[in-house]
Amino acid sequence: MSFYSPVRTNASEVAESDRLHLLKYAEDPNQCSIDTYVQRGGYGAWRKALTSMKPEEVITAIKDSGLRGRGGAGFPTGMKWGFVPKDSPKPRYLICNADESEPGTCKDRVIMERDPHAMIEGMAIAAYAIGSHLMFVYIRGEFAHCADQVEKAMNEAYAQGQLGKNIHGSGYDLDMIVHTGGGAYICGEETALLNSLEGLRGMSRIRPPFPAVAGLYGCPTIVNNVESLASVPHIINRGADWYRSLGTEKSAGSKLFSLSGHIKQPGNYEVELGFSLKTLIYDPKYGGGILDDKKLKGVIPGGASTPLLTPDMIEVGLDYESLPEKGSMLGSGAVIVFHEETCIVWVIQRLIHFFRHESCGKCTPCHEGTAWLEKLINRVESGKGEEGDIEKIDDICSNILGRTVCPLGDAAVMPIQSAIELYRDEWEHHIRHGKCLVKSQFGLK
Amino acid sequence: MLAEESIALIKEKAAKYPERKSAILPALTVAYRQVGHLNDELYSEISEIIRVPAVEIAEAATFYTMFPKHPVGKYLIQVCHNISCALLGADSLIGYLEEKLEIKKGETTSDNLFTLVTVECLGSCCTAPMMQINQDYYENLTRERVDEILEELRTRA
Ligand SMILES: Cc1cc2nc3c(=O)[nH]c(=O)nc-3n(C[C@H](O)[C@H](O)[C@H](O)COP(=O)(O)O)c2cc1C
Ligand code: SF4
Ligand code: FES
Repeated sequence: MSFYSPVRTNASEVAESDRLHLLKYAEDPNQCSIDTYVQRGGYGAWRKALTSMKPEEVITAIKDSGLRGRGGAGFPTGMKWGFVPKDSPKPRYLICNADESEPGTCKDRVIMERDPHAMIEGMAIAAYAIGSHLMFVYIRGEFAHCADQVEKAMNEAYAQGQLGKNIHGSGYDLDMIVHTGGGAYICGEETALLNSLEGLRGMSRIRPPFPAVAGLYGCPTIVNNVESLASVPHIINRGADWYRSLGTEKSAGSKLFSLSGHIKQPGNYEVELGFSLKTLIYDPKYGGGILDDKKLKGVIPGGASTPLLTPDMIEVGLDYESLPEKGSMLGSGAVIVFHEETCIVWVIQRLIHFFRHESCGKCTPCHEGTAWLEKLINRVESGKGEEGDIEKIDDICSNILGRTVCPLGDAAVMPIQSAIELYRDEWEHHIRHGKCLVKSQFGLK
Repeated sequence: MLAEESIALIKEKAAKYPERKSAILPALTVAYRQVGHLNDELYSEISEIIRVPAVEIAEAATFYTMFPKHPVGKYLIQVCHNISCALLGADSLIGYLEEKLEIKKGETTSDNLFTLVTVECLGSCCTAPMMQINQDYYENLTRERVDEILEELRTRA
């Protein structure tokens, strides 16, 4: 049996560690079968929560663990669960966000393809904690194989009585639906996801109300990322204190990082939060250094919507506090590395093309602004830029920042602003000389 | 026209949702997998099955880029040109495919076998460059690998 995706992981390191846990069985295809999963203790946390803990106790445990959302925003998971109104007569819904479309990110996929029951178990515990009897996983449409894998796992879970009616004799009923998307980045944003799941165009909603109060079908709804949920069973099994002892004081736990770009050994690596970015890139256990031993030029540390870092900034801990100190963010944990022969204007051109393409069109600053930005950046990239273009680009960015319905607008401009700030000479060269500095330097076409 | 199995599958999926409209996307997915693209006729058919007005189905469908809205080749080659893939030569790979298939991106070969398009990140960035052909992912691509894949698909067709 072989894996669907050949992606590299550090599963063997994780297996030997009693701190790392998410990727422990990621190199063993048998882990997808419920029998193996259960033999290894799987669904034990679900049984424990359901038969020996009150929902509030589960929420408290997750709060105490310090777990924060792994989908990008880093919001404390237990606190979010606590926002569901206790007295609402309406049904509640738990949704697992498996849209995974932040460029550079392929970490949720490895969980779904190689350890799907971990996600389902985490979903079930979360559903119980908020009093939900129907839970969904929203998987991006292109992940057809993942969706099949998860559906197979779900069917096994039903067959074994982990899902369905009166689970483990507790009287608790829980159903699950696997829902697939239609190829739209914005549907990863939780309110756009809700619209999409309701059969509408996947456009973001204005908040408030927040989904925890009025989400799917107007009912209290919690949306959590795959990795956040897959962490939950470990916390229930081993305790909040154990989880809290991992990582840093404010960024507890471990996290998956998708390392891609000009790197010798791209892959998904689990490390504790606070782990050194530099070590992740250069250590032979992980990235193993820059492709062809070239010089590092820059890193996008948290997915396409996070500000760039220059080589002098990479001695930084990968966590929710340290990266902002360097002007960036942890984001989804997608570390994209590029070497000295990469033109920064070209990198940004790729990114703005993406954000313009994915803008849902609901608000003008994002919809129009990203289109103007793309035009201007294309012009600069092709050597046809004019004096003042950099200022114009910067100005449009400032006019988008903080003025949009959802964070996609901010996501689009933050990397651009940082790229201008950190690599201004390259932008200027493109404009003044009508050609690329990097290409001239390295004699590239 | 939707096949019997497709209709049954849509019904089965639709029955699970608390509200009928939620079945739109699953129904479109089933229709797309059977037919290879979507059109007004399919929206009407789906409308009958899940009892949601066809206009609402069309409205949703046109938002989602994953479903072509006109006929495409038997194999829809979708090459990721986003950043992680681009850093590892996606553009040159696209050029190579254009050369081999003798079409430009967005076009279909004259034998209707292949359509070539570029797409945004497909969540396969650590095994870049990559492409998706119909439902399948092909990762860690090289020119040699592309040759093999096209050969394989031609034989299968
Ligand atoms: C444009 C945009 C795209 C997003 N895409 C994803 C995604 O693909 N997966 C994800 O889990 N969260 C994504 N998010 C974050 C979600 O809105 C939400 O915060 C998250 O799913 C909450 O789960 P967590 O608290 O467990 O991280 C996205 C946000 C934005 C603004
Ligand atoms: S910021 Fe962009 S993606 Fe978000 S709601 Fe506005 S137009 Fe849509
Ligand atoms: S950038 Fe190509 S799959 Fe993510």
